[in-house]
Parts: sequence; structure tokens; C-alpha cells
Amino acid sequence: MFSTQRARLDDLRAQIARIERGPVAAPGQTVSMGSAEIDAALPNGGLTLGALHEIAGAGPDTEHGAAAALLTAGILARLTGPVLWTMEHADLFAPGLAAAGLHPDRIVFAAAGKEVLATMEEGLRHTGLAAVVGEIAGRFSLIASRRLQLAAEQTGVLAIALRRSRQFDDPALMEPTAAMTRWRVAALPSPPALAHAPSVPGLGPARWRLTLTRCRGGEPGTWITEACDATGRVHLVFDAADGSAAATQRVRA
Amino acid sequence: MVAAADAAAGGLGLRPGMPLAQAQALVPGLAIHPAEPDADAETLRRMAAWCLRYAPLASPDPPDGIWIDATGSTHLHGGEAAMLRDLTARFAAFGMAARAAIADTPGAAHALARFGGGQKQARMLPVPLRERAGEKLLLQCPIEALRLPPAICDGLHLMGFDRIGQLAATPRGPLVRRFGTVVATRLDQLSGAVFEPIVPVIPPDLIQARLTFVEPLLTEPAFSAVIARLTALVCGDLEKSGQGARRLDLLFERVDGAIPVIRVGTARPSRDPRHLARMLDERLERIDPGLGVEAMRLIVTRTDAAPQTQTAALAERTEAPIAELVDRLSNRLGASRVFRNEPVESDVPERSVRRVPALERAGGATWPADLPRPIRLLDPPQPVEAMALLPDHPPLAFTWRRVRHRVRHADGPERIAGEWWKRDGEMRSVRDYFRVEDDEGRRFWLFRRGDGDDPATGDRRWFLHGFF
Repeated sequence: MFSTQRARLDDLRAQIARIERGPVAAPGQTVSMGSAEIDAALPNGGLTLGALHEIAGAGPDTEHGAAAALLTAGILARLTGPVLWTMEHADLFAPGLAAAGLHPDRIVFAAAGKEVLATMEEGLRHTGLAAVVGEIAGRFSLIASRRLQLAAEQTGVLAIALRRSRQFDDPALMEPTAAMTRWRVAALPSPPALAHAPSVPGLGPARWRLTLTRCRGGEPGTWITEACDATGRVHLVFDAADGSAAATQRVRA
Repeated sequence: MVAAADAAAGGLGLRPGMPLAQAQALVPGLAIHPAEPDADAETLRRMAAWCLRYAPLASPDPPDGIWIDATGSTHLHGGEAAMLRDLTARFAAFGMAARAAIADTPGAAHALARFGGGQKQARMLPVPLRERAGEKLLLQCPIEALRLPPAICDGLHLMGFDRIGQLAATPRGPLVRRFGTVVATRLDQLSGAVFEPIVPVIPPDLIQARLTFVEPLLTEPAFSAVIARLTALVCGDLEKSGQGARRLDLLFERVDGAIPVIRVGTARPSRDPRHLARMLDERLERIDPGLGVEAMRLIVTRTDAAPQTQTAALAERTEAPIAELVDRLSNRLGASRVFRNEPVESDVPERSVRRVPALERAGGATWPADLPRPIRLLDPPQPVEAMALLPDHPPLAFTWRRVRHRVRHADGPERIAGEWWKRDGEMRSVRDYFRVEDDEGRRFWLFRRGDGDDPATGDRRWFLHGFF
């Protein structure tokens, strides 16, 4: 009884998803967020291709979005094929992107000035790309985001809106958009490089708080992770103090 | 009679229009070349065709001028001033002394090039002539700059008119009664009140197609349909000659004589009519059809050899789809703004990355993985105030944009020496880079100029260079 209900629900969900997504995109193709635990919390087991996703920095990093860019580079590293990265002014440092596993030959940059959104849309209408990243400064209207979402649905290209703002935690970043998932990456203080010898100077892996603030068909959550490694993967941090995965609380909403 | 005299001849007192006997008397042993007006006109036409490299419309202006309609083309050459410099420098390299001017109307450019005192550029408002910075220059030009017949010029001089400004400030009525409408027309052409079309040179040896219409066209869908036909025609010719288009000019011949132009470029030779048509279609919104367009001409102004058949391009098939996108973005944003990054072997971080055209063959190289590098780089590095122990301790704290960051963890120094073989000033200079993390966990890339010991290596000031 229960299982048939469940099957019927799944079927209905799939139908709704098909109606929402349109006919062209392959259903349910995803790319990993870089961690099996995080993927498990996402509706299709990863970031859905052919959809718009939003990543923003938090706090003082809202302006430069360095952590957000690194996370994005890590996601792109797991795709194959060329990607378009468009922004107002090119301030990315390609060796840093390469350090997350994103090879420079794969990235076409477009310094688009005020035409970031138009450039993104142009890229999303193109099937030859694996992904399109747009660094959007300030406001990102519902209409603009819906346009990008529709363009992405039709070609199956992954769209990532990297939100930036000159204001710390700009309220404009919280306004609703049509993005399928919305993420915030905040830097957290990292522990000493050598846990057993805290006085020894050095830098261990950076730490992030990864917050899924909105997820269509899923639930929000928060994870504490290490920053992207050389292959772009993020590792959940298990708090050694109480031996549990306490730091990886999922916030039930 | 002396038809023309160069600067050296002018220095000897020779003037055009002087009787030949008088010239020979002035300068014994004078070398004389017979005037060949037809050959001159032909050369001028060829030079005008050469000028098509700067803009889609150029036209000879006999006896000694060339018009270039630079509307919407100057940014491709680094701006108006840079384009004029480039133009005159190239003519100088051919051994020709040229003066160039850019203005809002052909008449004004004509006047400024000849009487504006060398290489000048002026911006002016269309109507009416007013005392503004650019126009001041124009109004100070002698009346000869108006392209009036010599007899009228003499007459105006007799009446005391020497400068265009005086003429422009005078009521038109008496002038027209005395000299006919030509003075008023020239003044209006100068100010833009009367439109003056340029009849463009069309180099006959280029691949091109032209369609004329029974009824003038006005709407974008109509233009699109014509573009589809024109690109198909042109691509057929390209196919036959084994060429691909690199640059296309689409001329809209309006009923009133104006010729708005769309120019698009491709990063790779292309003869795909759909691709070319789409690029032209995207620019249609910039075209003002006026009262209607009676003919359209598509000219392939630059070509490159392209493989004869589709199968020959098989090896590049994986890249081909990107080429279309890159072309469209390049035409929209400017070719220099669509690029890839490529490693350069240099220890200095800002020199380790080079921009290459997006479709350049991928080199496959990347940067050494063992050197931690930030994801965003500040260019130029921003000075910060930092407290640190010398010689090689990381800062304890630093202040950037008036916000103080206390350093909790740090790694370094990574010493990067100046590249003395590239710049003399870097003979001994050194930067010590540190990765630091502040209280909140943000990571910064800081460096200190100098090794902290020897002042010759740097002044020990601190800079923020990037974010992780």
C-alpha cells in the first residue's frame, strides 16, 4: 500500500518536473557538488544540469566572492567541455581556478561590462558549452533569472549565477529568483595546521560554511566543509572533539 | 603651369598655378614631371579602397582627399585619436604626407583636415553652429575651407569675410542674393543641417552580392530575409574559391542617399550562411532605415583560406560550435574582451597569465600545482598597513580600506625575485608573499616589497594582492 502510493507520488513528481522543465533537457542529469553527503540532500542527487543555480559569498567576502568563485571552479572541474565565464571586469586569477582542477584551456572569459546577463543568455542558448557562469553584481531580477533558467532548460547547459555586491550581505541577494538552488559560502576560521601542535605556524585547508538557502524540490541545509581541493571536491568536516558529525547539522526547515 | 608642388618646392617659392616659365626662372634645373590627372584619380581611388580597413565606407574626394565614414568603427582602432594617428603614420610609411581630421560631418572634417592646423579632431553638435570647443576651431578656419569656387571666395574676401565664423554669424539672405545658394548649402553641410552622402568605393575584386528592391524596405523581418539571400549568394562564391569570410560589410542604400553599414567579423574563416546571417541579424537594430532602403550590398572585405569541404574540418568539429558563440560575443562586446588565459613562464604572478584569443589552439599547459595562488587578483596590488617582525615573519595584523584584520594563521614567505632580464628596475627587487587568514577565516595574499633586510631589494611596504 505504502510503496504503491510512493511510486505514484514519484510518477507525479516526474510528470510535474517534465512539465516544468520543458521537452529538450535530459531529465535529471546532474553534476556533483563535490561531496556525497551534500549530493544526497539534493533532489536529483546533485546540481541539476540545464538549470540555473546561484552561489554567493557571505559577509565581507560578498564583494569579491572569492570562496564562491573557488566553489564554482570546483563544480566546473567535474564537467567536461568548454565553459563560458562572464563578468563585468576580469579580476579572476586563472592559476587559482586551475588549483581547483579547472584547466585554463576550458574557460572562455567574456569581460562583458553591463552586458553580463545578455552574454550569459547568449552562452546558454549554445549547446556546445558545458556550463555558463555569470558574475552578477547587485540586483538580479526575477524576470532576468527566469529568462536564464528557461535558456538553460532548453539546452541542458549548467548555469551558475555568481552573485556579488559591494555591500556586506546585501539584501538584494536575498530577493527571490528563479534559481533552482541558492548557495552561500562563508569563510570560517580554520583550525591550526597541526592539530596536535597548535603553536606551530602554518595554514591548513580553509574552512567554509556552505548553506543551501533555497532548493526547489528539496530542503535547505548547512554543512561545514574544507575548501575545494586540487580536484575541486569539498570534504565535510567531522568534529573530532565529540567524534560525531555534529558540525554537519542539517537545518530542517 | 605648375599643377602641384610639394613642401620642398614650396620652400623654393613655387606655387600651384604658377606659369612653368616663371617656375623654371625661379629655380634653375627644376625637375618637372607632367601632371597625370587620370593616374592621380586612379591612385586616389585605390587609396580609398585601402582605407576600407578602417571603416566600411570610404570614398575618394578629388583632387587630394579621401572620405572615411568612421561611424561606429573607431573603437576597433583604439578610439578616434588613435585611429587618426595610425592612419597618418601608415600614410607616412608609404611616403605620403597626410593630414587627417574627424568630425561629425564630411564638410567639417574636410575643413579641419586642410585648415585645422595639422592632425586635429573635433566633435561638434549637428545644428546650429555655436561657439563650442571643437566648433571654435572650425569657425576660425578660413572661408576657403568651405569648398567654395575661387570666384566666390574672392568675392567674400572683398566683402571682408575671412573666417567661417564671420560668415556663419551673417544673415543668409544677402549672401544668397549675391552668391547664390552655394554658400548657405556649404555652411549647412558643415553644420550637418544638410546631409551630404558619401558615395563609397567598392573594390571590384571582392566577393560581394547586391540586391535591389522594387519597393523600399523598412522592416527588420524584410531585412532579415534579404540577409539570408545575400549570405547564401556570398557563401556560394566563397565555397567556389575555397575561402571563408573573416569580415563582412552590409551596406543599406537608403532612398535619401545615406548608407548605414553593419560590419561584423569572425574569429575563424566561415562560409556558413546561417552563422553569418545570424551575426548580421543581431546588428539590425542599429540600422535606421529612414524613408526606406532600396538596395542592400553584402561585401566580404576580408577572407582567409578555409578547407574546401566539410569533412576536412572534421578534426576541428569539437571546437566549431564554440567558434560561432565566440564570434557573436566578440561582435557584441569587442574581440579583445572574449579571451582565454594561458600560462606564461614567469615567477611574477601578474605576468604568469596571458590573454589569448578564445579560439587559439589550446596549448594544454597549466600552472605549477604546488604554488598556492589566489582566485582573485587585485590589479594593481593595493597598499595596506601591516605590522610584522623583520626580516621574514608574517604580519600580525594589517589594515585594508580602514578595516583592521588580525592575522590568526599565516604561511610564508614565498620569495619571488624580480625579473631583471625583463626590466632594469627589477635588478635586485624581491617580494615576499604570505598567505594569511584573519579572525573570520578569510584568506588574503599579502606581500612585502623587499627581503626585509637589504633596503636595495625593496622599501618594505606591504600590499594586498589577492583573495583565496
